[in-house]
Amino acid sequence: MIYPILRRLGQMLFVMFGISVIVFLIFFATPGADPAARIAGRNATPEVLEAVRHSFGFDRPLYVQYALMMQKIFITGDLTSFVNRGWKVVPAVLDSIPVTLSLVFGAAFLWVVFSIIIGVVAAATRESWLDKLLMALGLLGISMPVYWVGEVMNLITQSRYHDTWMFSWVPPLGYKNLSDDPKGWFLTLVIPWITLAILYIGIYGRVLRAAIIESMQEDYIRTARAKGLSETRILLRHALRTSLISFVTLFGLDFGALVGGSALLTEVVFGLQGIGKLTYDALQSLDLPMIMATVLYASMFVVIANAVVDFVYILLDPRVKTS
Amino acid sequence: MSTEIAETVAAPRKTRGPWAVALVRLTTNKAAMAALGVFLLIVVACLCAPLYAQWAGVNPFQSTLDAVIHIGGVEVPVMEQSTEGLGLGYTPLGPTWELGNYFLGADIQGRDVFARMLYGGLNSLVISGAATILTLVLGTSAGLVAGYFGGLTDTLLSRILDILWAFPIYLLAISLSIVLIAQGITIGPITIQSGSLWLPIFIIGIVYVPYVARPIRGQVLALRRSEFVLAAISLGVPGHRILWRDIVPNITTTLIVFVPLMMALNMLTESALSFLSIGVQPPDASWGTIILDGQALLYTRPLVAIAPGIAIALSVMTLNVFGDGLRDALDPRSKIQFGRDA
Repeated sequence: MIYPILRRLGQMLFVMFGISVIVFLIFFATPGADPAARIAGRNATPEVLEAVRHSFGFDRPLYVQYALMMQKIFITGDLTSFVNRGWKVVPAVLDSIPVTLSLVFGAAFLWVVFSIIIGVVAAATRESWLDKLLMALGLLGISMPVYWVGEVMNLITQSRYHDTWMFSWVPPLGYKNLSDDPKGWFLTLVIPWITLAILYIGIYGRVLRAAIIESMQEDYIRTARAKGLSETRILLRHALRTSLISFVTLFGLDFGALVGGSALLTEVVFGLQGIGKLTYDALQSLDLPMIMATVLYASMFVVIANAVVDFVYILLDPRVKTS
Repeated sequence: MSTEIAETVAAPRKTRGPWAVALVRLTTNKAAMAALGVFLLIVVACLCAPLYAQWAGVNPFQSTLDAVIHIGGVEVPVMEQSTEGLGLGYTPLGPTWELGNYFLGADIQGRDVFARMLYGGLNSLVISGAATILTLVLGTSAGLVAGYFGGLTDTLLSRILDILWAFPIYLLAISLSIVLIAQGITIGPITIQSGSLWLPIFIIGIVYVPYVARPIRGQVLALRRSEFVLAAISLGVPGHRILWRDIVPNITTTLIVFVPLMMALNMLTESALSFLSIGVQPPDASWGTIILDGQALLYTRPLVAIAPGIAIALSVMTLNVFGDGLRDALDPRSKIQFGRDA
């Protein structure tokens, strides 16, 4: 059991290193233009350009530049923005992490609970109108751009139906700290959570339904039936449990994709000051140091999260333990 | 008499080939065919964008703030002066529901939203289609080389693919876009100008390569160990010939199944990048940029943002349904899931 964990750990470190190299190469070694000019932003003075060149070591070999960049981002954390003169980038990123985590964990909770309900109901009533309806809705959820769903949600809850009993509780856009105002924190996040979860409920409901139906063909289900167990018990205790294995694997992959993708777009639409909004603002002002930092921190988080899911998987699945 | 029997025996039994069987399966799948029909309608409508603009007499790429149109004989300015607050702001015209006459209203620059949607759709379709081809070409090449030649090549390629796989798609795309969007890129003899549609095609095409390369590598690896390939190798058939004649035909169905599912995914990615203003650059439009334009008008003229979203959802959904049908017809046992991870 210790060997697979060490192996996965090694793989994680390798991938983290690889991603940092790719990011470095994209930002510093893409042919075409002077990286110093990119980092300094639009209309930079020669003095600023010179300062950028010096601080990133552009007159030195590539590996020194790489080491300098990693040091600035992960060790000393003194990477500064040149567009917003003197703004320390790393503390800003660290401050925004709780916002993104609040959004992502809440949405993940909703998506797991509802996709299990939908998957089980659809599998239990398969080929019925209910199954077809749920699957069609799931397909719709997958097909809509998440930021657009967010805008439609805003239109409904902030403007058109805000004054009705249904959505009068929705607070204005923005984020409230959990420690300062737990109720406000919860209320501002409800709509973003639902928005983000819609996409994944669709996918997971469909995946789980397929897995349950597949495991219903297995021999042990026939045995359970022969023992005279009720269909509900067979479905929940036997078929669902094995189907959840593929669910967990997928969850690891998508949780990462969520942080690095859909959550970013959701934050932008709902004005939540998380890593995504930070990245978005930096994209608008071409603030490259900020983008480097958010991209690196977010992707490191994703890689670690994926590894953690795999560790859980190793601990849960007896087949991995013995091999 | 005996020749008759011989002829009967020699006559080949009429069986349909695998492609014909697949075609029958696909054409009898009502949902898939309906989805294909709707998708093709969208494609044709978008192809008619220049015709529509000419017929309606609008230029969807030029701001026309002082334009005046006629609705039922009444002159209406495209930009209405706001009646709220100090009355300094302007609100663009709402939908007229008259084809050829600002059907869906105007955007913040007084441009015909419906005409822009057709042009934008064309760009969205072209980008997602071309990116799909690029991904398939690159992914298949990488998968073939890694799976067939094995050894150090495989180790190296697989490690690189592992890293790209773990790199969140949007973060990779954002990094590439922000660096390339301002200056474009030059790789050898190929130069891509900034603002060119090739830039999003290139970026989206690159980021999904591992999603194709990894399954293809696995298939090639299995085929490499199959008896007919071993037989060909022992007969001394050259490697490139084995790849082309024995391996590639066996992965074709997988590649075909990838096309609509990949395209649906690319369409969502393109729209998201354009929404983040790092995809299609103004004055060009795509469905994503129109939603971005509509964000400022969300509470006054919501249709500017809502209409392109419906277009995206409809295109992606029909592609997914058709892709599902195509997979069931061609490769029923395959595990390719739509929506996520291609």
